[in-house]
Amino acid sequence: MFKNIKSTDTLFKKGLTIFLLAVTAIMFSSAVMAVQSLRGDTALDADANKVVKHKVDTVEGGIKRSFKLQPPMVPHTVEKYSITLKGNGCMKCHSEKAYKKEKAPKVGDSHYVDRDGKTLDTVSSRRYFCNQCHAPQVKSEPLVENVFEGI
Amino acid sequence: MGLFSKEGTFKVLFFGFVLGVIFWGGFNTAMEATNTESFCISCHEMEENVYQEYTETIHYSNRTGVRATCPDCHVPKEWVHKIIRKIKASNELYHKMLGTIDTPEKFDAKRLQLATNEWKRMLGSDSRECRNCHDFDSMDFDKQESRSADRHEEAIENEWTCIQCHKGIAHTLPEGYDPADDTPGGEETED
Repeated sequence: MFKNIKSTDTLFKKGLTIFLLAVTAIMFSSAVMAVQSLRGDTALDADANKVVKHKVDTVEGGIKRSFKLQPPMVPHTVEKYSITLKGNGCMKCHSEKAYKKEKAPKVGDSHYVDRDGKTLDTVSSRRYFCNQCHAPQVKSEPLVENVFEGI
Repeated sequence: MGLFSKEGTFKVLFFGFVLGVIFWGGFNTAMEATNTESFCISCHEMEENVYQEYTETIHYSNRTGVRATCPDCHVPKEWVHKIIRKIKASNELYHKMLGTIDTPEKFDAKRLQLATNEWKRMLGSDSRECRNCHDFDSMDFDKQESRSADRHEEAIENEWTCIQCHKGIAHTLPEGYDPADDTPGGEETED
């Protein structure tokens, strides 16, 4: 019966592989049962629930901060403004030069300081990507329960 | 029965009329053929650079399905203005042959100059091609965001024209151009 097997080492390896595969399979199936994804529990080949579309909130006068030192949220749509290597669309209105004419809030002074504490003429490269912190908002229910109360 | 007889005059007039119709029709058809998007992007200079950027914008794809193609913005609709623009465009054929912008790198290097040309043209014509579709009289300021409505009212008051603010809406802004330097509105209001 063991004629074809070259050594006991190979046999051991084979057994180990089967054991590991079985363990993985069990873990995987139980994980699938336990986790309910945000997508819902529709089968992969069926259509998921229709995505509810939300319009970006336009708030005149801006959105109030929810906590101290929160980066102010963007109270308008931003899809027409691009931030690329060549130019930053947000700075058309929010720059030092234009904010008064555009009646827009000015980029904070801290954004002109580089990591060495030097104040620059233009926005510091570490603050260049506005939408890393400042995001437009939509009126939608939180996906998970949230009991945070702002200021 | 010579050329100057009654019948001869009639014949000359008739053939002249027919030939006139054929030539004029042919000329117009040929000119209209150069006024299509497929003609514009038959050159790779247009197809690879500006056309690709335009397909990302609202003038290409939007909620209501109205599209403004290249000639809608870049070629005047009225005959006289159209002919003038078409004659000036012969310079573009010359540079096509020279290969002035035949790589994306060359194009980007020239972009500020090219864009400035087009901005000047639009400024000079009071944004005529924009106004073929967009008209202050048909704008409902209540339906606009407050910041747009305020600025549009300011524009009417000061007789600003579309292109003064709306640069880089269908193509990428050129490197070296800072929109913040170019914001219309003279007096700076203190807050």
